[in-house]
Amino acid sequence: MTESRRHVGTVGLFDDPDSLLEAARQVRDAGYRKWDCHTPYPIHGLDQAMGLRESPIPYICLTAGFIGVGVAMWMQWWMDAVDYPVRIGGKPLFSWPAFVPITFELFVLFAALATMGSILVFCRLGKWHSPLHDSGIMADVTSHRFAVVLDRADAVYDRQAADSLLAGAGCQDIRPLYENEGDDGIL
Amino acid sequence: MSEQSAALTPPPLVTGSVSVRQLDNAINGPLESFPTMRWWIAISVTGTLAAWFFYCFTYTALVGIGSWGNNNPVGWGWAITNFVFWIGIGHAGTLISAILFLLRQRWRTGIARFAEAMTIFAVICALQFPLIHTGRPWLAWYWLLPLPNANNIWVNFRSPLMWDVVAVSTYGLVSAMFWYTGLLPDLATARYRATNGLRKFVYGLLSLGWNGSNRSWSHYEKAYLLFAGLSTPLVLSVHSVVSFDFAVSVIPGWHTTIFPPYFVAGAIFSGFAMVATLIILLRKAFHLEHIITRDHLEAMNRIIIATSLMVGYAYLTEFFIAWYSGAAYERFTFINRATGPYAWAYWTMVSCNVLVPQLLWFKRIRRSPLLMYPIVILVNVGMWFERFVIVVSSLAGDYLPANWDYFRPTWIDIGLFVGSIGLFLTLVLLFCRFLPTVALAETKALLPGSQAGGGHHD
Repeated sequence: MTESRRHVGTVGLFDDPDSLLEAARQVRDAGYRKWDCHTPYPIHGLDQAMGLRESPIPYICLTAGFIGVGVAMWMQWWMDAVDYPVRIGGKPLFSWPAFVPITFELFVLFAALATMGSILVFCRLGKWHSPLHDSGIMADVTSHRFAVVLDRADAVYDRQAADSLLAGAGCQDIRPLYENEGDDGIL
Repeated sequence: MSEQSAALTPPPLVTGSVSVRQLDNAINGPLESFPTMRWWIAISVTGTLAAWFFYCFTYTALVGIGSWGNNNPVGWGWAITNFVFWIGIGHAGTLISAILFLLRQRWRTGIARFAEAMTIFAVICALQFPLIHTGRPWLAWYWLLPLPNANNIWVNFRSPLMWDVVAVSTYGLVSAMFWYTGLLPDLATARYRATNGLRKFVYGLLSLGWNGSNRSWSHYEKAYLLFAGLSTPLVLSVHSVVSFDFAVSVIPGWHTTIFPPYFVAGAIFSGFAMVATLIILLRKAFHLEHIITRDHLEAMNRIIIATSLMVGYAYLTEFFIAWYSGAAYERFTFINRATGPYAWAYWTMVSCNVLVPQLLWFKRIRRSPLLMYPIVILVNVGMWFERFVIVVSSLAGDYLPANWDYFRPTWIDIGLFVGSIGLFLTLVLLFCRFLPTVALAETKALLPGSQAGGGHHD
């Protein structure tokens, strides 16, 4: 069965974070672009070893927060001072200090919603199956082992070269990755 | 370890040597076995109480608020007392998950997940009370939210009650998102451990397909930090806004500027007491004594005694200001609290919140689950009475003596409160059965040797 399925990449499994970091540096320096590491918990220094850029989520979060501030102030002004003006306690209709608590809360709410949405988009959540999800390594990498995954779609990918790159980085457990029926893409 | 060096070095996260795989088994193992007899007995008791809550809720909706002990002048009664009580309980969860995270208090990891879950359940319980207090909860969504309606009127955003609606619902939503984000990697672990098809499907669905990719972790860690950063001012704002419900009014005993910090300190105090109350049972029942250690309990007890002193200081300040202000009504209200018809409630509050927690100065008591247990229970009681004293004693004796009346709860009041405890505990029990009670991925990252170079993740 295995032979008839399309080969889509190579997985190297490691047992300790030090060898994973070393392997990640070598893969990065070999010029790979479509590849990833899979770990049961965040590994300190792996972002640098992989050459990842900083996540843009903080900027999205801040922008959404300010949109929340604008929406809150505009909504309170329009509803309480324009569309349904009721004079209370002789105060001005647009009594903005009274609108500050809700403006603050909507800053937090919008920023948090944008952060949650960013996680869904950037972490590509909502995809439950792929050759990788179903390859049988997931039980290990969500528990106690570490994986480097090289995608065949990468321009510099070559099956033999990938195997020897991982073996050269000290990997003892190198596995080919095959496509399952109905899958599209590896990551 | 000698006592001096124990004071200087942070306590180990887990006691003994625990490997990553043993941790998986310790946390996820209980979820994969059939519930024990003890669990069934516990949930049948709490489930019955929760059913009683819904019975009293429905009864109130059908008959009206007149079925409560509320009278003229005590228009708020137990419903608002319970609301403030439950919101306060929730605050410890956010403090542990967000503020202690930003302060890099590593010990929080063991208890953070459970405390966050408790926050969400406490907010659910809290929301029931203003909802039923509207009398017609099925209409409340357009009374409380700024939604277009056939009457062409809008809510009044200058009212602290509106601030409260927005603050508490934001708090509930943000806490739920923060909690769920933390759960994602652990749900993926549960998915790939599962041997049963249904468990695989449900945990898989909930994990949203998390696959532990480092490109994901990179975004995830940033987002988690942001959630912590957003939750920190949020939690402080929520109880401040709750206190504005009182402080912005003109009732003697409520109209004071000390309320926001006083309420926040009280919320953290009661929340930690509730975390301790439940987590002592959890670690025993699930054999997690090596992950939720005595060091955790001691750290919580230190926070309890610190916040107890803050609350005690606030009680004194209130009295001092009542005298120093020279305001006759304010002065009367406070003397009346301590010596009037609600003196029994006032002194229960002072004993439980200020006197009893002083026992935690003794290291032996701080480190003993058995000895601290009665103390944290009494703190829970005392903090309920604090809200009762604030809400009821001020309303019962307002400016016109002709209006004065004494508040007596009915069996519906009692049913709603006791029932809400049942609802809360039922949710806690369900959580313990179906979701990992300790933040697995986060704890793994902190184990000795879990990071490159043999270190751990800070």
